Amino acid sequence: MALLQISEPGQSTAPHQHRLAAGIDLGTTNSLVASVRSGQADTLPDAEGQHLLPSVVRYLPTGEHVVGFEAKAAAAQDPLNSIASVKRLMGRGVEDVKTLGAQLPYSFVPSDSGMPRIHTAGGDVSPVEVSAEILNVLRARAELSLGGELTGVVITVPAYFDDAQRQATKDAAKLANLNVLRLLNEPTAAAVAYGLDQKNDGVIAVYDLGGGTFDVSILRLNKGVFEVLATAGDTALGGDDMDRVIAGWIMQQAGIGDDADHKQMRRLLRDACAAKEALTDADSVALNIELMNGSHWEGALTRAQLNELIDPLIAQTLSPCRRALRDAGLKVADISEVVMVGGSTRVPRVRERVGEFFKCSPRVDIDPDKVVAIGAAIQADVLAGNKPDDEMLLLDVIPLSLGIETMGGLIEKIIPRNTTIPVSRAQDFTTFKDGQTAMALHVCQGERELVSDSRSLARFELRGIPPMVAGAARIRVTFQVDADGLLGVTAREETSGVQASIQVKPSYGLSDTEVETMLRDSMTHAHDDMGARRLREQQVEADRVIEALQSALATDGELFLADDERARIEAAAAELDSLRRGDDHRAIKRAIEAVEKASADYVARRMDANIRKAMAGHAVEDFK
Amino acid sequence: MAITLTETAATRVRNFLTNRGKGVGLRLGVKTTGCSGMAYVLEFVDAVEPEDQVFESHGVKVIVNPKSLAYLDGTELDYGKEGLNEGFKFNNPNVKDTCGCGESFNT
Repeated sequence: MALLQISEPGQSTAPHQHRLAAGIDLGTTNSLVASVRSGQADTLPDAEGQHLLPSVVRYLPTGEHVVGFEAKAAAAQDPLNSIASVKRLMGRGVEDVKTLGAQLPYSFVPSDSGMPRIHTAGGDVSPVEVSAEILNVLRARAELSLGGELTGVVITVPAYFDDAQRQATKDAAKLANLNVLRLLNEPTAAAVAYGLDQKNDGVIAVYDLGGGTFDVSILRLNKGVFEVLATAGDTALGGDDMDRVIAGWIMQQAGIGDDADHKQMRRLLRDACAAKEALTDADSVALNIELMNGSHWEGALTRAQLNELIDPLIAQTLSPCRRALRDAGLKVADISEVVMVGGSTRVPRVRERVGEFFKCSPRVDIDPDKVVAIGAAIQADVLAGNKPDDEMLLLDVIPLSLGIETMGGLIEKIIPRNTTIPVSRAQDFTTFKDGQTAMALHVCQGERELVSDSRSLARFELRGIPPMVAGAARIRVTFQVDADGLLGVTAREETSGVQASIQVKPSYGLSDTEVETMLRDSMTHAHDDMGARRLREQQVEADRVIEALQSALATDGELFLADDERARIEAAAAELDSLRRGDDHRAIKRAIEAVEKASADYVARRMDANIRKAMAGHAVEDFK
Repeated sequence: MAITLTETAATRVRNFLTNRGKGVGLRLGVKTTGCSGMAYVLEFVDAVEPEDQVFESHGVKVIVNPKSLAYLDGTELDYGKEGLNEGFKFNNPNVKDTCGCGESFNT
């Protein structure tokens, strides 16, 4: 007998056509899967009743692998084959991994695709494959819990994930046979779980303190669309650090020296973590620590003592909060809601300090470990079609502007940052030289004006442009960003119809701090950038003028110009050519104008001649 | 003529209604579809239609339209678990046979 769920009015499905959807929080430390059943979103436990799945995959020499608690438990003895925190490697290239890899215990092997592979006893695996194994376990759990195959899933990603990291996440889902309805930003998912998307417009701060990472995001809700205004954080700060300071305090109290072995340290950390968790409800917790010589030390840790120990760590999370607010150009008073995410936000002191900082009491009703998965499940339910049509569809925005390189190394932004997705924008470009038959397109991401300060996403060429005079070809470049924030670029020459396109694939990535830095730089360098852009624009214009003039002089200079006229024009051009190398955009502009003035008569004569040529043999009537 | 809920089912329905924040009760129904003729409908109710019959079981309003009632009379709705899966079960005395999956039936 099938087990049924309650549908929304009029949304019952035919047998075997249930639109089963799930939300997946694919986390650095732990992952979760959630679903909406009978209108209620909740995370799905495994057969042992565990909701969290440690994001650890252990590869065995037999070619088999285990995922979750079993893999995590083995990580200490078998670190090389137990892959944890693989999320940090998603969408990263070999070069990035060289810097990141130093902190990770795995052995990396280079590969042809530019994606790093990790060497394990069970063979070489890519970060995408490791993530797919985690997703596979979650998919199986969801399908057993929901009684059927999943129609689609929503997977959450950090707001600072760039295109490559998002694409890698999508690839992992594909490998795990999952249909991704949408990738959703983690802070957005948390806000959705609290139903904030259904509320009035406002600014929301999402404070996410996990086991090992801290993120803060400032979101603006505007007509049902969440914009990520700013993100900041610390990739090496979390609940584990609290455990370490508590363990340090216990060692001091119990007179345990720094020479404690690994086993003793692990036990101390476990005791510290347990004490921290107990102090969420209790005011004091008794400690009973087994010392190396077999004797026991007994003591107590009070809430007040704990607060004192962890205050410096909490303070470390508040400076990114301040930074995010500054980047967003907002004040504390602008924040209308604060949402708490991550297990470490259960610590009462954290809630207290965050509340004081943002001057409003943070949202804590939903389990902070599950809130992101729950928000994703709610979104998946809507996207799968289980809600009446009038229910709003949540939209997301692109985090950094997308554009292409134009002459002079400038970026022409085609889709500005914070545009809601999906989106498609086109812009027309033209050729720079006479008879130009190909065009190189360089797709860039970033807020600065110069290509050299931006991130290069892809390069491709449009070939087969019919030879025409400079400026006559019409090349339409279309940027298309799908609902997951993935980019496709097409260039099409309109008169001939030749076209070329590219899909942005993961090659190498940016770290979250780099994205942050890029955003911040664009603001601090706004003035310099504007100057640099003006200069480059004038230089490009100067090149174009000189190029056009030389080509004209070569064809009919003899015909239309007296020697002195020609000398004057050439002098003006030479002056322009020398100024062009300088950095005074105003001087270049004046020199361009001087060339144009000097050659005005010549241009007029050429034009008359061309018109006469074109009209020769035609009666005036022909042109009416 | 009656439709009932087990106590477990009623508790679940009450919780789901509270969580949803709106709705007057639970609609049970059948529609002609599926591999074996009929399929069950289980939906939240925001508006009761004039022709609907309303039962009350353990404090939950159960709403059925007269056409469906002919196929459902005497049904007891239960809530149960099978492995990781959990949900509502129709114990319907009118059913002659069900398809293999139990999602559709014949009377």
